[in-house]
Amino acid sequence: MENLLLQALNGLASASSLFLVASGLTVIFGVTRIVNFAHGSLYMLGAYLAFTIVTNLPRGHAGFWGGVVLAALAVGAIGALLEMLLLRRIYRAPELFQLLATFGVVLVVQDVALLIWGAQDLLGPRAPGLRGSVELLGLRFPLYELVLIGIGPVVLGLLLLLFKRTRWGTLVRAATQDREMVGALGVNQRWLFTSVFFLGSALAGLAGALQLPRESVNLHMDLATITEVFVVVVVGGLGSLPGAALAALLIGEIHAFGILVFPKITLVLVFLVMAVVLVVRPRGLFGKAQMAQAAVASVAEPVLGRAPAQLKWLGFLALVVAVAAPPFLAGDYALIVLTDMAIAVLFAASLHFIMGPGGMASFGHAAYFGIGAYGAALLTKWFAAPMVPALLAAPFCAGLAGVLFGFFCVRLSGVYSAMLTLAFAQIAWSVAFQWVEVTGGDNGVLGVWPDPWATKLNFYWLALGCSVFGTLALRRIALSPFGYALRAQRDNALRAEAIGINGFEIRWVAFVLAAGFAGVAGGLFAFAKGSVFPTALDIPRSVDALLMVLLGGVQTLAGPLLGALAFTGLHEQLVRATDYWRLVLGSVILLLVLAFPQGLAGAVRQWWDSRRRA
Amino acid sequence: MVGMGIGRRAILGGAAVLAAPRLGNAQAGEPLKIGEINSYTAQPAFLQPYRQAWTLALEQVNAAGGIHGRPLTTIHRDDAGKPEDAVRHAGELVTSEKVVLLAGGFLSNVGLALGDYAAQNKKLFVASEPLTDAIVWSKGNRYTFRLRASTYMQCAMLVEEAAKLPAKKWALVAPNYEYGQSAVRWFKELLKAARPDVEFVAEQFPALGRIDAGATVQALAASNPEAIFNVTFGADLTNFVRQGATRGLFERRAVVSLLTGEPEYLDPLGDEAPEGWIVTGYPHDQINTPAHTAFRDAYRRKYSDYPRLGSVVGYDTVQAIAALLRRANTTDTEKLVDTMRGLQFASVLGEVTFRALDHQSTMGAYVGKTALRAGRGVMVDWRYADGSKYLPSDAVVRTLRPAG
Repeated sequence: MENLLLQALNGLASASSLFLVASGLTVIFGVTRIVNFAHGSLYMLGAYLAFTIVTNLPRGHAGFWGGVVLAALAVGAIGALLEMLLLRRIYRAPELFQLLATFGVVLVVQDVALLIWGAQDLLGPRAPGLRGSVELLGLRFPLYELVLIGIGPVVLGLLLLLFKRTRWGTLVRAATQDREMVGALGVNQRWLFTSVFFLGSALAGLAGALQLPRESVNLHMDLATITEVFVVVVVGGLGSLPGAALAALLIGEIHAFGILVFPKITLVLVFLVMAVVLVVRPRGLFGKAQMAQAAVASVAEPVLGRAPAQLKWLGFLALVVAVAAPPFLAGDYALIVLTDMAIAVLFAASLHFIMGPGGMASFGHAAYFGIGAYGAALLTKWFAAPMVPALLAAPFCAGLAGVLFGFFCVRLSGVYSAMLTLAFAQIAWSVAFQWVEVTGGDNGVLGVWPDPWATKLNFYWLALGCSVFGTLALRRIALSPFGYALRAQRDNALRAEAIGINGFEIRWVAFVLAAGFAGVAGGLFAFAKGSVFPTALDIPRSVDALLMVLLGGVQTLAGPLLGALAFTGLHEQLVRATDYWRLVLGSVILLLVLAFPQGLAGAVRQWWDSRRRA
Repeated sequence: MVGMGIGRRAILGGAAVLAAPRLGNAQAGEPLKIGEINSYTAQPAFLQPYRQAWTLALEQVNAAGGIHGRPLTTIHRDDAGKPEDAVRHAGELVTSEKVVLLAGGFLSNVGLALGDYAAQNKKLFVASEPLTDAIVWSKGNRYTFRLRASTYMQCAMLVEEAAKLPAKKWALVAPNYEYGQSAVRWFKELLKAARPDVEFVAEQFPALGRIDAGATVQALAASNPEAIFNVTFGADLTNFVRQGATRGLFERRAVVSLLTGEPEYLDPLGDEAPEGWIVTGYPHDQINTPAHTAFRDAYRRKYSDYPRLGSVVGYDTVQAIAALLRRANTTDTEKLVDTMRGLQFASVLGEVTFRALDHQSTMGAYVGKTALRAGRGVMVDWRYADGSKYLPSDAVVRTLRPAG
């Protein structure tokens, strides 16, 4: 009994620190609608800055707490700077495009932190006067954890006061509900957004700084935190502070008690909870329908046009080169890279199909890629299937998963839907990771090599063929009546329903199609690499797919193609060229984001249109 | 003439100095290239010291005349912790760069993916760091060799000590991935064999790098064990130790802990390093054999820092490869593999052999206790446990290794 009570306190302490990070993210999202992937990096910077400041200030209460506050303010300033220099320039860009920019920031911060603070984990000083523990029910509990349990509710109270009792808070709440209206009433939006970013980032920095007496400061803090915090924010309901608090409490306690009952599934427990919450409550615990968004969305995206004849010729020419040139290229390595690119193009195109024409973002598209890869690999391993049947099975495995997961995901909208796809992807990942008897766990499935006839060149042609066939098929579908219905329900769900389009069915079918084509890419990937590991369906792969689509541009059908080629090409070149490839790749992404807020293909189209008009 | 050229270039700057030995020896033959792949951006704490020592060893080999007059060079690649990227780099290094052999690997899955690539493409792969037993046993193959003492070996070393303890009730904590699960399995199996009276009262498997330390410590304490076997390392270990110390988990309990004596994991703990834990590790400042002292001094001179265990692994991988190439005097992979089976070389820890039986090296580890000296954790009462003594019998190994 005593143990259970203390475990509950442990849960409260984790919940408190989770809430601090999540509150910042939810405030930022509420006002700016930015999915700030860099929030975890701000948290990490808070911890590192606090380490530097506190260890350089004189010991004692003033030194420690002063250092924590200074670190929080410094991170707030960094956040504000980020908003002014980067995000302010791309508010007009399509939804989720800012995610690309914040991901660039994540990459840059990772290398900058490594350069400044070094590779070794840093163990910060403990809080003065709070080093020890108190006896509770005959068991010892750290004093600092008790203080932390108190800090969470205090910050929540202060934030609620700030939002309810000050003019600034009123404006923020107004902007959360209807951004355009606040602007129309003459409020300086720029200042409002910058100050919101300052507050949100400072909260992340504060949370990071407060970890100093609890945990070591290390370079993995950013990504370890960000997914969990997103879960909290979404479970609570986007933009809702009380929601975030309740969700943090829920997740914190589930962690604490979960390890007593299921010590091996702590990894996936939070995602299971998120899936259940979102299936039951599609807008999280306290989320509200966004009226303003519906109004904005009623402005339809421009209808996808047929590509101009010159572009078609250019595409055809590129294809001829891609088919005919490789036999004359020097070395097998070029073939390996080209095969990777063909797979990436198909994977990105499949995601684009639901993101662009479908209007449904997915943060978990790697699930279908990975299930395709595992399907093919396991058939080879357990049933000694030759390559072609295994490859044919891949889209069916992925499609089946799409039928199941899609059924739940397409009922939701926006970030909620995207996060539910992430939850399912993580559940699939944990199956691959934990079911060691069948999947080999994290040691993966080895020995998935192509049949002897499939030399590197033949396999490249096979991958290219699948990729071209797949992207053309997706394009054909997007321009078919089905594709028009898909875009109709995206642009105005109500009007689409009124003319007899069943939005749910259409979205579901589109989701399954996208999953199937991702599965083809996954199957090819398995044979190209010769082995499959849980990384094939892990979050970084989903993020890669998102980056490729966003980089290329969501509105054009050529976008994912350009995005995939640019992203894989850049990555491949930079990794070989420099040890600091993350810094360079992140900076390049930031530059591209600023230069081409419509994506690469969008920029090309703009240039094309303006030239024709001139 | 050559001497003059070097002198003039050396004045021009550091880069030229590094290139100098290559220039001097280039006349004797084309350089021999090693392709090295590792998770540099994902695991910098271990791999920066590793890479530095690698560079040092390479310079020493070349200063001593290279491989029969041919200089040894390395092309490093970062796989960012992803096996698929490692396989792509392997393809590049083998087909474009024409490397003689592949080396590296820190994470077990990256090591396995590279081992599988090596088997498929008939190229030698010297795995330096990955600890998984699968790389030489269940998934072992003709072309893959591994330098470091495996999970099994390090567990066996600790079980020897753990069996001497009076404790009967054990609790176990390990990161939830293959390494942690294998370590727990071997520890239980070997300890039960040595001491049939022990029982295991609790197991915790926190997610790697994301331990909920307070709750984990509480859950372990609730089972009231007499001793604890710990497999967590890195940030998980730091957080576990801090929470465990504050909550009194380690008081009046024996703790047996894998890898905790390695400076990579012990040093970040500073003056909070635990005392009296039985660990495997690397007491770098106390090993005064001639080979190790020379290595430590050279490392200090070049980098103004002390070597970590990663440094030993990097340095010895190069030494092993150099010994192999000198002995084989060919770049033919099949001949290299035949030479590698049973190859003996002088590592900084002592003589080491790559067993022909399962391609595992006999490199050992240091077993001792942790203690605090002048505000930092050190190892005391340590001894070198020779790896060859902590492997199963040959008959058992043959059943574990289908590849033969």
